[in-house]
Amino acid sequence: MVQSERTLEREWPRSPLWEGLRAYGLIVAMWMRSTMAYRASFAMTAFGNFAATAFDFVTILLMFSHVDQLGGYSLPEVAFLYGAAGAAFGLADLAFGSMDRLGRRVRDGTLDTLLVRPAPVLAQVAADRFALRRLGRIVQGLLVLGYALTTLDIAWTPLKVAMVPMMILSGAVIFASVFVAGGAFQFWAQDAAEVQNSFTYGGTTLLQYPPTVFAKDLVRGVTFVVPLAFVNWMPALYVMDRDDPLGLPDWAAFLPPVVAVGCCALAGLAWRVGLRAYRSTGS
Amino acid sequence: MRLYAVVAAGGFRRYATYRTATAAGVFTNTVFGFIVAYTYTALWEQRPQLGGYDLSQAVTYVWIGQSLLMTCAMMGGGFEDELMDRIRTGDVAIDLYRPADLQLWWLASDLGRAAFHLLGRGIVPMALGALAFELSLPENPLVWAAFLCSVFLGVVVSFAVRFLVALSAFWLLDGAGVGQITFLAGMFFSGMLLPLTLFPGLLGEVARALPWSSLLQIPADVFLGRHTGWGLVGAFAFQAGWALALLALGRLLQSVATRRVVVQGG
Repeated sequence: MVQSERTLEREWPRSPLWEGLRAYGLIVAMWMRSTMAYRASFAMTAFGNFAATAFDFVTILLMFSHVDQLGGYSLPEVAFLYGAAGAAFGLADLAFGSMDRLGRRVRDGTLDTLLVRPAPVLAQVAADRFALRRLGRIVQGLLVLGYALTTLDIAWTPLKVAMVPMMILSGAVIFASVFVAGGAFQFWAQDAAEVQNSFTYGGTTLLQYPPTVFAKDLVRGVTFVVPLAFVNWMPALYVMDRDDPLGLPDWAAFLPPVVAVGCCALAGLAWRVGLRAYRSTGS
Repeated sequence: MRLYAVVAAGGFRRYATYRTATAAGVFTNTVFGFIVAYTYTALWEQRPQLGGYDLSQAVTYVWIGQSLLMTCAMMGGGFEDELMDRIRTGDVAIDLYRPADLQLWWLASDLGRAAFHLLGRGIVPMALGALAFELSLPENPLVWAAFLCSVFLGVVVSFAVRFLVALSAFWLLDGAGVGQITFLAGMFFSGMLLPLTLFPGLLGEVARALPWSSLLQIPADVFLGRHTGWGLVGAFAFQAGWALALLALGRLLQSVATRRVVVQGG
């Protein structure tokens, strides 16, 4: 028996990525078990998470009770942007939403505990206190997206259909990179979790509205500096046959997967540099 | 009285310690201020005078909201988590043993916290907002004074609500659910997401009558000069009325709750 296990290990060399995913999965499973120990509490907090994000959409509905168009976009069109941004952000928040606790761990020194464990630190930090209740946000985003897709008048092509899941997955990866980069930033600025929030929560709030609402410079910033525009604006504008306010070529709408991979690489690099620069607390 | 002044000063100093966190918070308030101000601009360009505000007043409303978000603790946060923890662990027994009143003690410390947040996280976003947008800032110094008075009353109302939330831990032990409801109610009914004057029909009337409108809607309207003369007196009376009623309820609940406390010796 022992012999065969050893050969198994030899056949599949453990890459750091596989190692990380395994550690992440184990920690997530542990937190899920602990969450499910209090089912009623889980149901309530998941609903709360759902309701908290639903109020954002209620706000948009209240706005549309006074106007027919916002920035030249109709309610179903805004709902499409909102649902796509919400679902993408929800996925990233579910998987990496605990990153903003890193600053606290650096401050109180408990990060050291993670460093001595034989598992990648990023996986441990990301899975720390994994909150299944964040499913509420994803469900809310998907519901609004469903509403938009059934009411919008779109000339669907196979390409446009494929664009919707591609947009949500790439968007989730882009947001996840922002979470990781924000975590890396906290190795230096230990109690600046709110800076991260402005890019994550602020970013998703921004993307819920059409780009025509915002000043050109702001749109340029979230296209070329922090490429959030690729989460939903660019692909969604293509699906809805809308003009891109920056006048980028049509093929830019297909860039989200490329941008997502690029963001991942940069965030991973930032994480490495941050982790190397980490000095434990002490007096 | 001197004791509570010292406690308030302690509350102020405690939050003043975290400079990076304050700077980060200012950054966040500014980013959100910009995003919301642009969406309001889009809305008011379509419907000028919506809710009784012109465009510049609407944008000013956004920045007042960002400046008061932490001061009036609209999303919760502050002393109540700590008090709930003390109730759950039983440390509250020590607080009750002190020669100071539980409610006044926490009120003093929360006023100190609010004062710091008004200075530390209120002024800079407002100033940055004024640089980027055309704001309607009051010219009459008396309006500024009335605004500060209204903010003070708003903080007391906010405290009174959160004190009740914290006391619920005596019965529920786990305050997570109540805390979440307070968070939602605070965001929605304070007028943080959208001015309450834009809420339609009955929903609007109810929202404007609830205590949370004291946290943002009324101070903002005082700032924008929508309450003058007897109207201003009425606005203050509304806030003070809610403050007194909720503080009295808190006092009642506190006396009922403390009778439930069983101190374990050992």
